[in-house]
Amino acid sequence: MKALALFLLLNICFAWFTPLSNLGRISIYNRLVPGRVRLPYADDPARSYNLSLFDLDAMFASHEIEARPKPDDEYRVILIGDSSTWGYLLQPDQTLAAALNESGLTLPDGRRVHAYNLGYPVMSLAKDLLILSKAMKYQPDMVIWLVTLESFPRDKQLFPPLLQHNPGPVRDLIEKYGLSLDTDDPGFTEPGIFGRTILGSRRALADWIRLQLYGLMWAATGIDQDIPSSFIARMEDLPPDNSFHGLKPLTLSPDPISLDVLGAGARVVGSTPLLIVNEPMFISQGQNSDIRYNFYYPRWAYDDYRERLASLTAAQGWPYVDFWDAIPPSEFTNTAVHMTPHGTAMLADLLGEVILKFRAQVQ
Amino acid sequence: MSLIHILLFSLFSLVTGWLFPARWRVWILLVASLLALFVLQTSSPIRSLDFWLPLISIGLTLLVWGITVPKDGGNRLSNLLVFALIAGVILAISLTRYLGDYCCLTPSRPPQLLPVIAAVGLALGPAYLISRSKATGRYLSWLAILIILALFIILKSPPIGLATSAALRGLNGQDVSLAGHLDLVWLGFSYIAFRLLHVLRDFQSGRLPAFSAGEFVTYVLVYPSLTAGPIDRSQRFIQNDLRSAPIISPSDRLLAGERILIGVFKKFVIADALALVALSPQNSLQVGSSLWLWVLLYAYSLRLFFDFSGYIDVALGIAMLVGIRLPENFNRPYLKTNLTAFWNSWNITLAQWFRAYIFNPLTRGMRASSHPYPVWLVILTGQTITMLLLGLWHGISWNYAIWGLWHAAGLFIHNRWSDWIRPRLGSAETNRPTRIGLALGGWFLTFQFVTLGWVWFALPDVRSAIRVFERLFGF
Repeated sequence: MKALALFLLLNICFAWFTPLSNLGRISIYNRLVPGRVRLPYADDPARSYNLSLFDLDAMFASHEIEARPKPDDEYRVILIGDSSTWGYLLQPDQTLAAALNESGLTLPDGRRVHAYNLGYPVMSLAKDLLILSKAMKYQPDMVIWLVTLESFPRDKQLFPPLLQHNPGPVRDLIEKYGLSLDTDDPGFTEPGIFGRTILGSRRALADWIRLQLYGLMWAATGIDQDIPSSFIARMEDLPPDNSFHGLKPLTLSPDPISLDVLGAGARVVGSTPLLIVNEPMFISQGQNSDIRYNFYYPRWAYDDYRERLASLTAAQGWPYVDFWDAIPPSEFTNTAVHMTPHGTAMLADLLGEVILKFRAQVQ
Repeated sequence: MSLIHILLFSLFSLVTGWLFPARWRVWILLVASLLALFVLQTSSPIRSLDFWLPLISIGLTLLVWGITVPKDGGNRLSNLLVFALIAGVILAISLTRYLGDYCCLTPSRPPQLLPVIAAVGLALGPAYLISRSKATGRYLSWLAILIILALFIILKSPPIGLATSAALRGLNGQDVSLAGHLDLVWLGFSYIAFRLLHVLRDFQSGRLPAFSAGEFVTYVLVYPSLTAGPIDRSQRFIQNDLRSAPIISPSDRLLAGERILIGVFKKFVIADALALVALSPQNSLQVGSSLWLWVLLYAYSLRLFFDFSGYIDVALGIAMLVGIRLPENFNRPYLKTNLTAFWNSWNITLAQWFRAYIFNPLTRGMRASSHPYPVWLVILTGQTITMLLLGLWHGISWNYAIWGLWHAAGLFIHNRWSDWIRPRLGSAETNRPTRIGLALGGWFLTFQFVTLGWVWFALPDVRSAIRVFERLFGF
């Protein structure tokens, strides 16, 4: 009976003080085991020694960026974006950030460029904005935001589970930057009193424990993603369909795509240089490639998007590069945006040049 | 057993032990165990197999009862009622087929009623007729042992299991090319088989008392120990627990609840957490250094203990709620200072079974031989055969055989070492620092030996196990 009473009391205290957010900051990463080189995410946790969770503090605490204060000789570059930036189907040492670091870029002032991979495998600019808002405390010298049209549709912005389970910070961003997104999105998960108890938070607690335990496997194996030996290649022959998220040619009307989220990102970074990159994509030569570029995009929609993005960034004075066709089609793997290690290294070379040029211009 | 199952069984046992008079207990436990046999059975890709396997368990149990029951009658009406009740329960479960999605007593939709009726007749009829026949069951008891061993070999041998799965798929008109030996997952068969073998051997040696059909089926299939044991002795279970009118005090219930909670914590928190970092065929190839491989191996070793002993705690707790004191199966095995003590405290009931039915008869026979063998040879032979069979009980493969031989060698070395060192230690053994040093050294060596032995267990084949050994020792 004593134990039961204690358990109830503990649950009430837990619900009252909500220590879960503080718990997330406690981590074995960067202390007992090395920090992860990309944010935790997994399709198959048991084989990847990794998992997808919703606790942003725990996710960041497991990342190498949390490891130590920024060294004086480091030019810190943060990469945010989707699965392409995160490095889907790539080993940790083959991602864009890893390739940039591998190239050993050094600025004229002697600082070496160190890129941190804060990509996350979901296509949504609001998700990028949420991660960016958390990342700014790590004092980046530059933020590179890799985007593609599929991240822009307004109806996709709030769907990622990561956002649905973090309604507070998402709502704050929407309100602070006046985004055209619903602060009362029906998908938002708001825990009630029971949800805040130990019992109600058992999934979050278990995820936190699993993240720490997988840290041992990360240290032991250096694996954070189960990469299958074979996969279904991106679609070469395309359907004769020219619609995009229910829209028909000829132009994307302004409302359905969330250009305002980019603006919010520019405000979040403040005086830190922000480079917006239209990421490379696979351009099909197969059937119906006269209608569509690839599985994601009809030509009219993507052309209009590029035009709009170029105009917007020029009008706002945001640094912008368009690498949409910079990587040959043979360097794409299972989707129109996932690249091979070689394709990623090619992009890193291009990006490295841009970083150095950009830095020279700023100076 | 999932958490939901544990919760349901705990509540059911609490209510049964609390509200129902002791004379109803056998009947309630019997029905509950029959239902649990179907509910806990894992689904199989072979059509309706997850219904037929529990039915075969019941048929086999009744057959052994029919063979071993004394031919002087007993309470025939009561036994007939038990047969009728069992048939009724099986038919009732099969009728859930017609409830569509509204009932979920079986992992997949039960088969049609007519085949079920025929199968019930086949499973129960011969057992009942044998129980009524005047013939002694000696030959039939050997036949039953052979049947159980044959089933055991089919289940535990991957090639035979695969062939059986293919044959069953063929009979069902399913794709034979998809057959796999894991299709034949038979809930609790290892434990059911060992209870039945124990009864048959005791019957053959004239040590088996008379049990009613209800008592016997409840003993073999009792729901708390269906999934992970322990392997109780029929005499103890029935005479001490089932036939007594237990007084379950509030403190007993609290103790049982505590035991269940501890078991749940061990299994679902500690063991499941350790499983994430435990040695596996996959990660053994991916680990970067020997040191990490050791960490993974220790995690595997601890995980095995917490997983198995957690289930046992749950089983003992649930059984306590209905006034049954199942035997303990673990007694701090990883703290023991020698391998013999380890085997007296790890999976105790299984080890006792092998001691009673393999080791003791074998060594007794060798000692009683007209040409007496030297003691060391008797021990070596006894331990080698016993541990080899104990290894093969887990599965018929080279790895399990080597694991058994590994422990046989360890036990033999410990036995010889004890005999050699004892006279040489003399008074030094009473010296406290020497005693502590020996205990610590013994514990360290025992734990390392047992843990290294798990490599044979964790890896699927000899080659990968050897590769792990090489990497553990830096080769």
